[in-house]
Amino acid sequence: MAERNDSTGNASAEASSQPAGQPERSQPGDAAYVAELEQLQKVDFALVELTLYLDTHPTDMQAIQQFNQLAQRRAQIAHAFEMKYGPLMQFGHSFTRYPWQWAQAPWPWQV
Amino acid sequence: MWIYEKKLQYPVRVSKCDPRMARFLIEQYGGADGELSAALRYLNQRYTIPDKVVGLLNDIGTEEFAHLEMIATMVYKLTKDATPEMLEAAGLGPHFVNHDNALFYENAAGNPWTATYIQAKGDPIADLYEDIAAEEKARATYQWLIDMTDDVDIQDSLKFLREREIVHSLRFREAVEILKADREQKKVY
Amino acid sequence: MYDGQWREWKPYVSPWDPCPPIRVKWYVVPPNQYIPFQPMNLPQFPLDEALRRGTLWPALYSPYPSRRAVKGG
Repeated sequence: MAERNDSTGNASAEASSQPAGQPERSQPGDAAYVAELEQLQKVDFALVELTLYLDTHPTDMQAIQQFNQLAQRRAQIAHAFEMKYGPLMQFGHSFTRYPWQWAQAPWPWQV
Repeated sequence: MWIYEKKLQYPVRVSKCDPRMARFLIEQYGGADGELSAALRYLNQRYTIPDKVVGLLNDIGTEEFAHLEMIATMVYKLTKDATPEMLEAAGLGPHFVNHDNALFYENAAGNPWTATYIQAKGDPIADLYEDIAAEEKARATYQWLIDMTDDVDIQDSLKFLREREIVHSLRFREAVEILKADREQKKVY
Repeated sequence: MYDGQWREWKPYVSPWDPCPPIRVKWYVVPPNQYIPFQPMNLPQFPLDEALRRGTLWPALYSPYPSRRAVKGG
């Protein structure tokens, strides 16, 4: 359980084979990517929990406020993540650079 | 419709090369109380369950697909670089003959997934009790899987999935309460 | 290893049992079994802890220690 947080540093060195114009970006699949993705996973998990809770507690005003606040925060985190690492969703729910980024590895099970 | 998101619900890490564990984990991929069964059970029942609890079945069913992907990730990582000899030593020789290193919807004993694992009675109470039972059975399966590995990273992911079963079970029991309460309200007014 | 969520029972032991008897057996009763309908405004875990534990609410959390780990793997 404890090992999940120590994946942050040491990522900048190997980020060299990026497309031109993005010299210092870390890459999908590296340690910085994993750490930043986890920030999104944390917020998204709370949103999953609150979704199921609100399905059976539709009049809990406080939970609804918390849900909307977290939804706003998740949009910001997801946007920043996508600017760095490419689209999280497709069918038009995320923007893309050239060339088409969506179909590039790594996929989640490969990371 | 569903939109795929290119991320796991929970960070999955596998620290030990152990194809034997993949063979056990496949129970939660294509077994009776596995994640595929769960997703298909709830998403199928939702069409005929009372409107008040459709949202819950829809959302839990959707979350189950995220869990299916976590299990697949563990199985994939555990068998990705395994040679035929390693797979055979792990008891996966018959699997290899049929599927190479591909995943397949089967249980730990190699039986293919079947729709007879899931039920839809159309009676909301019967269906919700099936769902509650399915969550408790899946929780038990995760316990025995946690007992079968000393890889603390796999244990970590399995503990997360076990806890999700506990939350889902509570939500389904709340759904039963919601359906029970409907009648009392009618009586009062 | 076992906390307040665990219950024990003692199976009947026959003198004719072929294997060495396990005299005390354990099972877990997760806390959801005592919550018929979750009350509003339960205390929450911080978000990073919630993800790690698999629930937002401490009242629903059930730890499960691996029996493999206890035996020393």
